[in-house]
Amino acid sequence: MVRINGENLDVVGNSVAEYLDSAGYDLMRVAVELNGNIVPKAQYADTIFKDGDSVEVVSFVGGG
Amino acid sequence: MIPSKEEWIKSLNDRHGIELQNKILSTTVAVCGLGGLGSNIAISLARAGIGQLMLIDFDKVDITNLHRQQYKVNQIGMSKTEALRNNLKEINPYLETKIHTIRLDESNAEDVLSDADIICEAFDNAECKAMLTNFVLEQMPDKYIVAASGMAGLDSSNAIHTRKVSKQFYLCGDEISDVKDGIGLVSSRVMLCAAHQAHTVLRIIAEEYEV
Repeated sequence: MVRINGENLDVVGNSVAEYLDSAGYDLMRVAVELNGNIVPKAQYADTIFKDGDSVEVVSFVGGG
Repeated sequence: MIPSKEEWIKSLNDRHGIELQNKILSTTVAVCGLGGLGSNIAISLARAGIGQLMLIDFDKVDITNLHRQQYKVNQIGMSKTEALRNNLKEINPYLETKIHTIRLDESNAEDVLSDADIICEAFDNAECKAMLTNFVLEQMPDKYIVAASGMAGLDSSNAIHTRKVSKQFYLCGDEISDVKDGIGLVSSRVMLCAAHQAHTVLRIIAEEYEV
């Protein structure tokens, strides 16, 4: 299981890019932390979720 | 009559304690975007006696800004960087400022932000918010970023919160309310979010890292 924004999801083996796409995120508006470290945008396709990973996806909305 | 610098510092020391005030005075904060968030963040930090503020925005003051941003009618048409610097100097004449009247992007961010200890993301546009947050966390991992997402509309003020996403990354807002939904931005709720950001900056300076 992978814990994403507080929810346990069965996405072990998926890449960050695959997960974000399947969950409907706009890639231009997100920042992704994996186990407390930022995932560089260039590595979304090559970063694969492992069992026990903890992920935070921040999806920005407009306004300021 | 304007107080002397010594009188000014003494009044802050009396309020905050000399140890904390020395930390505040030795900190440089970059405010990226000088709209409803950035102009309010800057005013809070100027009043707290921050050492240096870097004010970054490409835009000019427009009549449509005045319902929520800390400018005045007679500043319409001025660059926001210069207008805000003038307003901040009226509040704190000894504030050090550095202004950058530019559009901050990945090509110039490292040069512009290199002297900052703490970076406030205060843009309006969601893609720009994500760009700056990713850039700082990827390229400048020793710096703190205090970002904002979700402060539009008339939803509850209590939905605005501060979240520590990771060691160097704090996020303020309700994380939901998009400016495109409903009635857009309302001054009081934008000020709330800006106050969360400014307060997070002061807590980081005070080495109070939890939210």
